[in-house]
Amino acid sequence: MSGDPCDRCEELLQDYLDRTLTDAEWHEAESHLAGCDYCARRYRFEETLRRYVRTTAVERMPPGLMDKLAELRGLDATA
Amino acid sequence: MSEPSPETEARRIAAEERDRVRFEEEALALADQVYRVARRLVSTREEAEDLVQETYARAFRSWKSFTPGTNLRAWLLRILTNLNVDRGRKLQRSPQTQPLEETDYFLANKMASAAGEDALETDEIVERLSQDAIVSALSEIQPQFRDVVVLVDIGDFTYADAAQILDVPIGTVMSRLHRGRRALKQRLAQEAVS
Repeated sequence: MSGDPCDRCEELLQDYLDRTLTDAEWHEAESHLAGCDYCARRYRFEETLRRYVRTTAVERMPPGLMDKLAELRGLDATA
Repeated sequence: MSEPSPETEARRIAAEERDRVRFEEEALALADQVYRVARRLVSTREEAEDLVQETYARAFRSWKSFTPGTNLRAWLLRILTNLNVDRGRKLQRSPQTQPLEETDYFLANKMASAAGEDALETDEIVERLSQDAIVSALSEIQPQFRDVVVLVDIGDFTYADAAQILDVPIGTVMSRLHRGRRALKQRLAQEAVS
């Protein structure tokens, strides 16, 4: 299986989206993605899923918590 | 050794009080972001509220150990994750089996076929996932992997910040992050099938 360009592209997926590839790796991924619809779809899927998880999993602070936190102000290390 | 004059002492105390107030205000301004991460590290809203309150109590008590100019949000999250470990999250039930190492493409294909399609039309598959499905999938990931996914993918922390918060090497953050994301997809795929 080694040497399959799609396998190699898959290896680069997470770091590509995290923008942590070296320039050489980034070019490698880009040039493969430009000609490979299979990989391009899977990259798009990963990217969309991450964005969706980020927005969906966020829950705002419940009302009232901020007041409770503000009441903690002035706590003394020696108290 | 000369004693500081009462005026010097009064000025010092006033300056310290100003620093403390500024610290408290800056910390409180981050509360929503801190809660957001806390909420996904524990199972219930009540636990998250308790954890955030304990975090702020400790932060306000030890504000002098914060170095001004460094990342306050990361500093608060480090307190929070330590408290969370202390609270004995081991009690939280989570499957102790290691996630099977399925690859990113394999899992994407699995989610597509669970949604009954071959072509992987991204938006349609993703939009079918409910908030409940995502929240419960996240909560089922092993804590060591989930913590990193929550910090980086939900809390927007860099690898370096996450490494500092969790006190692990950056390489560990990266490998846990990759595995955690795969574990998340695996659970989402399973839920979609069932």
